[in-house]
Amino acid sequence: MNEKKPAIVCRCSDVTLEQIRDLIRKGYTSIDEIKRITRAGMGPCQGKTCGPIIEREIAQITGSKIESLAQHRQRGPIKGIKLGTLAAGGDHKHEE
Amino acid sequence: MKSKEAVIIGGGVIGCAIAYELAKRGMSDITVVEQSYLASGATGRCGAGVRQQWGLESNILLSKYSCQALEQMNEALDYDDDIEFKQGGYLLLAYGDQQWEQFLKNVELQHKHGVMSEIKTPEQAKEIVPHLNITGLKGATFHQKDGHANPFKVTDAYYQAAKRLGVEFLTFTEVKDIVISAGKVTKVVTTKGDIATKRVINAAGGWSNIVANMVGIDLPIHSERHQILVTEPVKPMQGPMVMSFHHSIYCQQTPHGSFIMGLGDPVNEPRGLNIDNTWQFMQEMSEIITNLLPPLRNLRVVRQWAGLYNVTPDAAPILGSVPGVEGFYLAVGFSGHGFMIAPMTAQLMAEHILGIETTLPISIYDLERYKRGELIREPNVV
Repeated sequence: MNEKKPAIVCRCSDVTLEQIRDLIRKGYTSIDEIKRITRAGMGPCQGKTCGPIIEREIAQITGSKIESLAQHRQRGPIKGIKLGTLAAGGDHKHEE
Repeated sequence: MKSKEAVIIGGGVIGCAIAYELAKRGMSDITVVEQSYLASGATGRCGAGVRQQWGLESNILLSKYSCQALEQMNEALDYDDDIEFKQGGYLLLAYGDQQWEQFLKNVELQHKHGVMSEIKTPEQAKEIVPHLNITGLKGATFHQKDGHANPFKVTDAYYQAAKRLGVEFLTFTEVKDIVISAGKVTKVVTTKGDIATKRVINAAGGWSNIVANMVGIDLPIHSERHQILVTEPVKPMQGPMVMSFHHSIYCQQTPHGSFIMGLGDPVNEPRGLNIDNTWQFMQEMSEIITNLLPPLRNLRVVRQWAGLYNVTPDAAPILGSVPGVEGFYLAVGFSGHGFMIAPMTAQLMAEHILGIETTLPISIYDLERYKRGELIREPNVV
Protein backbone atom coordinates (compact mmCIF):
# COMPACT_ATOMS: atom_id res chain seq x y z
CA MET A 1 0.00 0.00 0.00
CA ASN A 2 2.63 2.40 1.12
CA GLU A 3 5.45 0.88 -0.88
CA LYS A 4 8.35 3.20 -1.48
CA LYS A 5 9.93 3.34 -4.90
CA PRO A 6 13.39 1.76 -4.86
CA ALA A 7 16.18 4.30 -4.67
CA ILE A 8 18.71 3.72 -7.45
CA VAL A 9 22.26 4.25 -6.23
CA CYS A 10 24.15 3.23 -9.37
CA ARG A 11 22.38 4.60 -12.42
CA CYS A 12 24.73 2.91 -14.88
CA SER A 13 23.98 -0.59 -13.62
CA ASP A 14 20.59 -0.09 -11.90
CA VAL A 15 21.69 -1.01 -8.40
CA THR A 16 19.37 -0.05 -5.56
CA LEU A 17 20.14 1.28 -2.10
CA GLU A 18 18.49 -1.80 -0.61
CA GLN A 19 20.83 -4.15 -2.54
CA ILE A 20 23.84 -2.18 -1.29
CA ARG A 21 22.64 -2.22 2.32
CA ASP A 22 21.85 -5.96 2.15
CA LEU A 23 25.36 -6.74 0.93
CA ILE A 24 27.03 -4.57 3.59
CA ARG A 25 25.02 -6.36 6.27
CA LYS A 26 26.09 -9.71 4.78
CA GLY A 27 29.73 -8.72 5.21
CA TYR A 28 30.65 -7.25 1.83
CA THR A 29 32.06 -4.16 3.48
CA SER A 30 34.36 -2.65 0.88
CA ILE A 31 33.48 -0.76 -2.25
CA ASP A 32 35.56 -3.23 -4.31
CA GLU A 33 33.56 -6.24 -3.09
CA ILE A 34 30.21 -4.53 -3.62
CA LYS A 35 31.27 -3.43 -7.08
CA ARG A 36 32.19 -6.95 -8.12
CA ILE A 37 28.97 -8.52 -6.92
CA THR A 38 26.51 -5.85 -8.13
CA ARG A 39 28.36 -4.07 -10.99
CA ALA A 40 27.82 -0.78 -9.14
CA GLY A 41 30.60 1.45 -10.43
CA MET A 42 31.35 -0.65 -13.50
CA GLY A 43 29.35 1.46 -15.94
CA PRO A 44 30.24 4.48 -18.05
CA CYS A 45 30.66 6.79 -15.03
CA GLN A 46 32.99 4.30 -13.28
CA GLY A 47 31.62 4.98 -9.81
CA LYS A 48 31.81 8.74 -9.97
CA THR A 49 28.14 8.94 -8.93
CA CYS A 50 27.57 5.85 -6.79
CA GLY A 51 31.02 5.65 -5.22
CA PRO A 52 30.53 8.34 -2.54
CA ILE A 53 27.01 7.06 -1.75
CA ILE A 54 28.23 3.50 -1.26
CA GLU A 55 31.14 4.70 0.86
CA ARG A 56 28.74 6.61 3.08
CA GLU A 57 26.53 3.54 3.49
CA ILE A 58 29.52 1.34 4.38
CA ALA A 59 30.71 3.89 6.93
CA GLN A 60 27.27 4.22 8.54
CA ILE A 61 26.49 0.51 8.74
CA THR A 62 29.96 -0.64 9.85
CA GLY A 63 30.54 2.34 12.14
CA SER A 64 33.76 3.32 10.36
CA LYS A 65 34.99 6.70 9.24
CA ILE A 66 34.72 7.29 5.49
CA GLU A 67 38.35 8.39 5.33
CA SER A 68 39.45 5.03 6.76
CA LEU A 69 37.73 2.99 4.00
CA ALA A 70 39.68 1.38 1.17
CA GLN A 71 39.13 3.30 -2.06
CA HIS A 72 38.41 1.59 -5.35
CA ARG A 73 41.09 2.10 -7.95
CA GLN A 74 40.66 4.74 -10.62
CA ARG A 75 41.73 3.51 -14.05
CA GLY A 76 41.63 4.99 -17.52
CA PRO A 77 40.00 6.19 -19.61
CA ILE A 78 38.58 9.17 -17.68
CA LYS A 79 35.54 9.06 -19.95
CA GLY A 80 34.42 6.53 -22.55
CA ILE A 81 36.45 6.59 -25.78
CA LYS A 82 35.48 4.70 -28.93
CA LEU A 83 37.79 1.87 -29.95
CA GLY A 84 37.90 3.46 -33.41
CA THR A 85 39.12 6.74 -31.97
CA LEU A 86 41.83 4.97 -30.02
CA ALA A 87 42.86 2.96 -33.10
CA ALA A 88 43.11 6.19 -35.11
CA GLY A 89 45.47 7.63 -32.53
CA GLY A 90 42.83 9.92 -31.04
CA ASP A 91 41.45 11.12 -34.37
CA HIS A 92 37.63 11.42 -34.21
CA LYS A 93 37.16 11.98 -37.97
CA HIS A 94 36.65 8.29 -38.71
CA GLU A 95 33.44 8.23 -36.63
CA GLU A 96 30.22 7.60 -38.44
CA MET B 1 46.72 -20.35 19.22
CA LYS B 2 43.97 -21.76 17.09
CA SER B 3 44.46 -25.04 15.30
CA LYS B 4 43.17 -26.00 11.83
CA GLU B 5 43.12 -29.09 9.65
CA ALA B 6 44.17 -27.04 6.65
CA VAL B 7 45.10 -23.47 5.82
CA ILE B 8 44.58 -22.35 2.25
CA ILE B 9 46.58 -19.30 1.18
CA GLY B 10 44.76 -17.32 -1.48
CA GLY B 11 41.08 -16.42 -1.76
CA GLY B 12 40.80 -16.60 -5.52
CA VAL B 13 38.63 -19.11 -7.33
CA ILE B 14 41.22 -21.87 -6.81
CA GLY B 15 41.53 -21.35 -3.05
CA CYS B 16 37.79 -20.98 -2.48
CA ALA B 17 36.99 -24.01 -4.65
CA ILE B 18 39.58 -26.19 -2.88
CA ALA B 19 38.12 -25.12 0.49
CA TYR B 20 34.67 -26.16 -0.68
CA GLU B 21 35.81 -29.49 -2.17
CA LEU B 22 37.70 -30.38 1.03
CA ALA B 23 34.78 -29.42 3.28
CA LYS B 24 32.35 -31.31 1.06
CA ARG B 25 34.45 -34.46 1.54
CA GLY B 26 34.23 -34.13 5.30
CA MET B 27 37.25 -32.10 6.33
CA SER B 28 36.38 -29.69 9.13
CA ASP B 29 38.35 -26.72 10.43
CA ILE B 30 39.59 -25.15 7.22
CA THR B 31 40.74 -21.54 6.99
CA VAL B 32 41.22 -19.54 3.81
CA VAL B 33 43.61 -16.62 4.24
CA GLU B 34 43.35 -13.82 1.67
CA GLN B 35 45.51 -10.69 1.74
CA SER B 36 42.76 -8.52 0.24
CA TYR B 37 39.15 -9.41 -0.64
CA LEU B 38 38.04 -12.60 -2.39
CA ALA B 39 38.81 -12.73 -6.14
CA SER B 40 40.92 -9.56 -5.78
CA GLY B 41 43.82 -11.09 -7.73
CA ALA B 42 43.96 -12.88 -11.06
CA THR B 43 40.49 -14.45 -10.74
CA GLY B 44 38.66 -11.15 -10.66
CA ARG B 45 40.87 -9.66 -13.38
CA CYS B 46 40.68 -12.45 -15.92
CA GLY B 47 38.96 -12.57 -19.29
CA ALA B 48 36.19 -14.80 -17.91
CA GLY B 49 36.44 -17.27 -20.78
CA VAL B 50 35.84 -20.99 -20.49
CA ARG B 51 37.03 -23.26 -23.29
CA GLN B 52 37.58 -26.94 -23.91
CA GLN B 53 39.42 -26.59 -27.21
CA TRP B 54 42.88 -27.61 -26.11
CA GLY B 55 45.66 -29.58 -27.76
CA LEU B 56 46.51 -32.01 -24.97
CA GLU B 57 44.42 -34.79 -23.47
CA SER B 58 45.11 -33.55 -19.93
CA ASN B 59 43.91 -30.01 -20.64
CA ILE B 60 40.91 -31.21 -22.65
CA LEU B 61 39.69 -33.42 -19.80
CA LEU B 62 40.41 -30.88 -17.07
CA SER B 63 38.46 -28.19 -18.90
CA LYS B 64 35.69 -30.53 -20.04
CA TYR B 65 34.88 -31.66 -16.50
CA SER B 66 35.21 -28.08 -15.25
CA CYS B 67 32.77 -26.91 -17.89
CA GLN B 68 30.29 -29.59 -16.85
CA ALA B 69 30.64 -28.36 -13.25
CA LEU B 70 29.91 -24.79 -14.36
CA GLU B 71 26.77 -25.96 -16.17
CA GLN B 72 25.42 -27.29 -12.85
CA MET B 73 27.05 -24.83 -10.49
CA ASN B 74 24.11 -22.63 -9.45
CA GLU B 75 22.23 -25.74 -8.27
CA ALA B 76 25.19 -27.79 -7.04
CA LEU B 77 26.42 -24.97 -4.80
CA ASP B 78 22.87 -23.83 -3.98
CA TYR B 79 23.87 -20.32 -5.05
CA ASP B 80 21.30 -17.61 -4.37
CA ASP B 81 22.66 -15.51 -7.24
CA ASP B 82 23.75 -16.55 -10.76
CA ILE B 83 27.24 -17.40 -12.05
CA GLU B 84 26.16 -16.06 -15.49
CA PHE B 85 27.36 -19.06 -17.46
CA LYS B 86 26.81 -18.43 -21.16
CA GLN B 87 27.76 -21.11 -23.66
CA GLY B 88 28.12 -18.96 -26.73
CA GLY B 89 31.11 -20.95 -27.91
CA TYR B 90 34.73 -20.18 -28.74
CA LEU B 91 35.77 -19.43 -32.29
CA LEU B 92 39.50 -20.07 -32.64
CA LEU B 93 41.05 -18.48 -35.70
CA ALA B 94 43.88 -20.12 -37.64
CA TYR B 95 46.34 -18.21 -39.82
CA GLY B 96 48.90 -20.05 -41.92
CA ASP B 97 49.25 -23.72 -42.82
CA GLN B 98 51.23 -24.70 -39.77
CA GLN B 99 48.64 -23.37 -37.32
CA TRP B 100 45.84 -24.89 -39.33
CA GLU B 101 47.42 -28.34 -39.29
CA GLN B 102 47.82 -28.07 -35.52
CA PHE B 103 44.16 -27.07 -35.19
CA LEU B 104 43.07 -30.12 -37.19
CA LYS B 105 45.12 -32.38 -34.94
CA ASN B 106 43.63 -30.70 -31.87
CA VAL B 107 40.09 -31.25 -33.14
CA GLU B 108 40.81 -34.94 -33.69
CA LEU B 109 42.05 -35.26 -30.12
CA GLN B 110 39.13 -33.22 -28.77
CA HIS B 111 36.66 -35.52 -30.54
CA LYS B 112 38.37 -38.54 -29.04
CA HIS B 113 37.53 -37.12 -25.61
CA GLY B 114 33.98 -36.11 -26.42
CA VAL B 115 34.61 -32.41 -27.01
CA MET B 116 32.73 -32.02 -30.27
CA SER B 117 34.45 -29.00 -31.76
CA GLU B 118 33.72 -28.17 -35.41
CA ILE B 119 36.03 -27.31 -38.29
CA LYS B 120 34.95 -24.16 -40.15
CA THR B 121 35.99 -22.51 -43.39
CA PRO B 122 36.50 -18.73 -43.24
CA GLU B 123 33.02 -18.29 -44.79
CA GLN B 124 31.45 -20.55 -42.17
CA ALA B 125 33.30 -18.65 -39.44
CA LYS B 126 31.73 -15.49 -40.80
CA GLU B 127 28.28 -17.07 -40.50
CA ILE B 128 28.94 -17.54 -36.78
CA VAL B 129 30.40 -14.05 -36.29
CA PRO B 130 29.05 -11.95 -39.20
CA HIS B 131 31.22 -8.94 -38.39
CA LEU B 132 34.46 -10.97 -38.52
CA ASN B 133 37.06 -9.76 -41.01
CA ILE B 134 38.22 -12.99 -42.68
CA THR B 135 41.09 -11.50 -44.69
CA GLY B 136 44.02 -13.89 -44.50
CA LEU B 137 42.08 -16.38 -42.39
CA LYS B 138 42.94 -20.00 -43.13
CA GLY B 139 40.11 -21.55 -41.16
CA ALA B 140 38.63 -21.76 -37.69
CA THR B 141 37.40 -24.21 -35.11
CA PHE B 142 34.26 -23.69 -33.09
CA HIS B 143 32.86 -25.35 -30.00
CA GLN B 144 29.42 -24.28 -28.87
CA LYS B 145 29.78 -25.46 -25.26
CA ASP B 146 32.70 -23.13 -24.55
CA GLY B 147 31.84 -19.69 -23.28
CA HIS B 148 31.81 -17.28 -20.37
CA ALA B 149 31.20 -17.31 -16.63
CA ASN B 150 31.36 -14.47 -14.14
CA PRO B 151 34.56 -14.98 -12.09
CA PHE B 152 33.35 -12.90 -9.12
CA LYS B 153 30.14 -14.88 -8.92
CA VAL B 154 31.80 -18.28 -9.34
CA THR B 155 34.19 -17.41 -6.51
CA ASP B 156 31.31 -16.04 -4.44
CA ALA B 157 29.31 -19.24 -5.04
CA TYR B 158 32.22 -21.38 -3.79
CA TYR B 159 32.78 -19.01 -0.86
CA GLN B 160 29.17 -19.09 0.26
CA ALA B 161 28.90 -22.88 -0.09
CA ALA B 162 32.19 -23.39 1.78
CA LYS B 163 31.12 -20.99 4.51
CA ARG B 164 27.89 -22.94 5.03
CA LEU B 165 30.06 -26.05 5.51
CA GLY B 166 31.99 -24.28 8.27
CA VAL B 167 35.04 -22.96 6.39
CA GLU B 168 36.55 -19.85 7.96
CA PHE B 169 37.56 -16.99 5.64
CA LEU B 170 40.11 -14.44 6.84
CA THR B 171 40.12 -11.64 4.29
CA PHE B 172 42.41 -8.60 4.46
CA THR B 173 44.84 -10.91 6.25
CA GLU B 174 48.38 -11.47 5.09
CA VAL B 175 50.49 -14.58 5.58
CA LYS B 176 53.87 -13.51 6.95
CA ASP B 177 55.54 -16.89 7.42
CA ILE B 178 55.08 -20.65 7.41
CA VAL B 179 56.84 -22.58 10.13
CA ILE B 180 58.40 -25.98 9.36
CA SER B 181 59.54 -28.47 11.96
CA ALA B 182 61.37 -31.70 11.08
CA GLY B 183 60.36 -31.36 7.45
CA LYS B 184 56.68 -30.88 8.26
CA VAL B 185 54.43 -27.83 8.13
CA THR B 186 53.38 -26.84 11.66
CA LYS B 187 52.19 -23.25 11.71
CA VAL B 188 51.09 -20.31 9.58
CA VAL B 189 51.92 -16.82 10.86
CA THR B 190 49.42 -14.18 9.73
CA THR B 191 48.77 -10.53 10.44
CA LYS B 192 45.76 -11.70 12.46
CA GLY B 193 47.55 -14.27 14.60
CA ASP B 194 49.15 -17.68 14.27
CA ILE B 195 47.34 -20.82 13.11
CA ALA B 196 48.67 -24.27 13.98
CA THR B 197 48.15 -26.68 11.09
CA LYS B 198 49.59 -29.75 9.42
CA ARG B 199 48.48 -28.76 5.94
CA VAL B 200 49.08 -25.59 3.95
CA ILE B 201 47.79 -25.17 0.41
CA ASN B 202 49.51 -22.55 -1.70
CA ALA B 203 46.84 -21.07 -3.98
CA ALA B 204 48.34 -17.59 -3.98
CA GLY B 205 48.28 -16.97 -7.74
CA GLY B 206 50.64 -14.13 -8.63
CA TRP B 207 52.16 -14.33 -5.14
CA SER B 208 52.71 -18.11 -5.23
CA ASN B 209 56.49 -18.01 -5.22
CA ILE B 210 56.57 -15.58 -2.29
CA VAL B 211 54.56 -18.16 -0.33
CA ALA B 212 56.72 -21.06 -1.58
CA ASN B 213 59.85 -19.18 -0.50
CA MET B 214 58.47 -19.23 3.06
CA VAL B 215 59.06 -22.99 3.16
CA GLY B 216 62.41 -22.71 1.40
CA ILE B 217 61.26 -23.65 -2.09
CA ASP B 218 61.92 -21.59 -5.19
CA LEU B 219 59.38 -22.43 -7.89
CA PRO B 220 60.25 -22.28 -11.61
CA ILE B 221 57.59 -19.61 -11.93
CA HIS B 222 57.21 -15.92 -12.60
CA SER B 223 54.34 -13.45 -12.52
CA GLU B 224 53.66 -11.32 -15.54
CA ARG B 225 51.21 -8.50 -16.16
CA HIS B 226 48.45 -8.96 -18.75
CA GLN B 227 46.13 -6.14 -19.72
CA ILE B 228 42.48 -6.12 -20.62
CA LEU B 229 39.65 -3.67 -21.29
CA VAL B 230 35.87 -3.52 -21.23
CA THR B 231 33.42 -1.52 -23.31
CA GLU B 232 30.00 -0.12 -22.60
CA PRO B 233 27.23 -2.76 -22.85
CA VAL B 234 25.36 -3.14 -26.14
CA LYS B 235 22.69 -5.49 -27.48
CA PRO B 236 23.83 -9.08 -28.10
CA MET B 237 25.77 -9.16 -31.38
CA GLN B 238 28.55 -11.71 -30.84
CA GLY B 239 27.86 -15.22 -29.57
CA PRO B 240 31.32 -16.73 -29.19
CA MET B 241 34.63 -15.67 -27.77
CA VAL B 242 36.82 -14.87 -30.75
CA MET B 243 40.39 -15.91 -30.16
CA SER B 244 43.42 -15.58 -32.39
CA PHE B 245 46.79 -17.00 -31.43
CA HIS B 246 48.23 -15.23 -34.46
CA HIS B 247 47.22 -11.82 -33.07
CA SER B 248 47.57 -12.99 -29.47
CA ILE B 249 44.11 -11.65 -28.64
CA TYR B 250 40.74 -12.74 -27.31
CA CYS B 251 37.46 -10.84 -27.39
CA GLN B 252 34.00 -11.74 -26.24
CA GLN B 253 30.67 -10.17 -25.43
CA THR B 254 29.53 -10.95 -21.90
CA PRO B 255 25.88 -11.82 -21.12
CA HIS B 256 25.68 -8.30 -19.63
CA GLY B 257 26.40 -6.86 -23.09
CA SER B 258 29.85 -5.39 -22.60
CA PHE B 259 32.81 -6.58 -24.69
CA ILE B 260 35.90 -7.80 -22.85
CA MET B 261 39.16 -8.10 -24.75
CA GLY B 262 42.76 -8.76 -23.92
CA LEU B 263 46.14 -9.10 -25.49
CA GLY B 264 49.12 -11.32 -24.74
CA ASP B 265 52.36 -9.38 -24.97
CA PRO B 266 55.00 -11.24 -22.94
CA VAL B 267 57.86 -9.43 -24.66
CA ASN B 268 56.86 -6.01 -23.37
CA GLU B 269 54.94 -6.86 -20.22
CA PRO B 270 56.90 -6.46 -17.01
CA ARG B 271 57.54 -9.40 -14.74
CA GLY B 272 56.69 -8.99 -11.08
CA LEU B 273 53.63 -7.66 -9.32
CA ASN B 274 53.03 -4.50 -11.36
CA ILE B 275 49.36 -4.27 -12.43
CA ASP B 276 49.29 -0.67 -13.62
CA ASN B 277 47.66 -0.08 -17.00
CA THR B 278 49.29 1.52 -20.04
CA TRP B 279 48.08 3.59 -22.99
CA GLN B 280 50.22 1.45 -25.28
CA PHE B 281 47.93 -1.48 -24.57
CA MET B 282 44.83 0.59 -25.37
CA GLN B 283 46.27 1.64 -28.69
CA GLU B 284 47.54 -1.79 -29.73
CA MET B 285 44.36 -3.56 -28.62
CA SER B 286 42.10 -1.10 -30.43
CA GLU B 287 44.18 -1.30 -33.63
CA ILE B 288 43.99 -5.09 -33.77
CA ILE B 289 40.36 -5.44 -32.76
CA THR B 290 38.97 -2.75 -35.07
CA ASN B 291 40.71 -4.55 -37.92
CA LEU B 292 39.52 -8.03 -36.93
CA LEU B 293 35.99 -7.08 -35.76
CA PRO B 294 35.42 -3.72 -37.51
CA PRO B 295 32.00 -2.69 -36.08
CA LEU B 296 33.51 -2.67 -32.61
CA ARG B 297 35.12 0.66 -33.53
CA ASN B 298 31.90 2.33 -32.43
CA LEU B 299 32.00 0.91 -28.91
CA ARG B 300 33.30 3.04 -26.09
CA VAL B 301 35.94 1.67 -23.75
CA VAL B 302 34.86 2.38 -20.16
CA ARG B 303 37.76 0.81 -18.30
CA GLN B 304 41.10 -0.87 -18.71
CA TRP B 305 42.86 -2.88 -16.04
CA ALA B 306 45.49 -5.55 -15.57
CA GLY B 307 46.15 -8.73 -13.65
CA LEU B 308 48.89 -11.26 -13.16
CA TYR B 309 49.54 -14.46 -15.05
CA ASN B 310 51.48 -16.84 -12.85
CA VAL B 311 53.56 -18.51 -15.53
CA THR B 312 55.41 -21.85 -15.49
CA PRO B 313 57.99 -23.04 -18.07
CA ASP B 314 55.33 -25.14 -19.86
CA ALA B 315 52.32 -22.85 -19.27
CA ALA B 316 50.63 -25.60 -17.25
CA PRO B 317 49.85 -25.49 -13.53
CA ILE B 318 51.89 -27.11 -10.78
CA LEU B 319 49.61 -29.26 -8.62
CA GLY B 320 50.17 -31.57 -5.69
CA SER B 321 52.68 -32.24 -2.94
CA VAL B 322 56.25 -31.08 -2.62
CA PRO B 323 59.08 -33.50 -1.79
CA GLY B 324 60.80 -32.62 1.48
CA VAL B 325 58.02 -30.44 2.93
CA GLU B 326 55.29 -32.66 4.30
CA GLY B 327 51.89 -31.04 4.38
CA PHE B 328 52.70 -28.33 1.82
CA TYR B 329 50.63 -28.44 -1.35
CA LEU B 330 50.77 -26.43 -4.55
CA ALA B 331 47.94 -25.25 -6.77
CA VAL B 332 49.85 -22.58 -8.64
CA GLY B 333 51.19 -21.48 -12.03
CA PHE B 334 47.94 -21.51 -13.98
CA SER B 335 49.59 -19.37 -16.66
CA GLY B 336 46.47 -17.42 -17.59
CA HIS B 337 43.88 -20.18 -17.70
CA GLY B 338 43.17 -21.05 -14.07
CA PHE B 339 39.62 -19.78 -13.89
CA MET B 340 38.25 -22.12 -16.54
CA ILE B 341 39.78 -25.24 -15.01
CA ALA B 342 39.20 -24.29 -11.37
CA PRO B 343 36.26 -26.63 -10.62
CA MET B 344 38.02 -29.85 -11.66
CA THR B 345 41.43 -28.71 -10.40
CA ALA B 346 39.96 -28.07 -6.96
CA GLN B 347 38.34 -31.50 -6.94
CA LEU B 348 41.64 -33.18 -7.85
CA MET B 349 43.49 -31.18 -5.19
CA ALA B 350 40.96 -32.16 -2.51
CA GLU B 351 41.16 -35.82 -3.51
CA HIS B 352 44.96 -35.70 -3.49
CA ILE B 353 45.13 -33.96 -0.09
CA LEU B 354 42.71 -36.45 1.46
CA GLY B 355 44.57 -39.42 -0.01
CA ILE B 356 41.66 -40.50 -2.19
CA GLU B 357 42.33 -41.76 -5.71
CA THR B 358 42.12 -38.74 -7.99
CA THR B 359 39.45 -38.68 -10.71
CA LEU B 360 42.07 -37.67 -13.28
CA PRO B 361 45.83 -38.28 -12.98
CA ILE B 362 47.38 -35.41 -11.04
CA SER B 363 51.00 -36.61 -11.04
CA ILE B 364 51.69 -35.21 -14.52
CA TYR B 365 51.29 -31.73 -12.95
CA ASP B 366 53.77 -32.25 -10.12
CA LEU B 367 56.69 -29.94 -9.47
CA GLU B 368 59.26 -32.66 -10.18
CA ARG B 369 58.28 -32.86 -13.85
CA TYR B 370 60.71 -30.04 -14.62
CA LYS B 371 63.57 -32.07 -13.17
CA ARG B 372 62.43 -35.16 -15.06
CA GLY B 373 62.14 -33.11 -18.22
CA GLU B 374 58.51 -34.20 -18.67
CA LEU B 375 57.04 -30.87 -19.65
CA ILE B 376 53.42 -30.44 -20.65
CA ARG B 377 53.57 -28.93 -24.11
CA GLU B 378 50.24 -27.34 -24.85
CA PRO B 379 50.15 -25.89 -28.38
CA ASN B 380 46.98 -23.86 -27.80
CA VAL B 381 47.82 -20.97 -25.46
CA VAL B 382 47.83 -17.20 -25.77
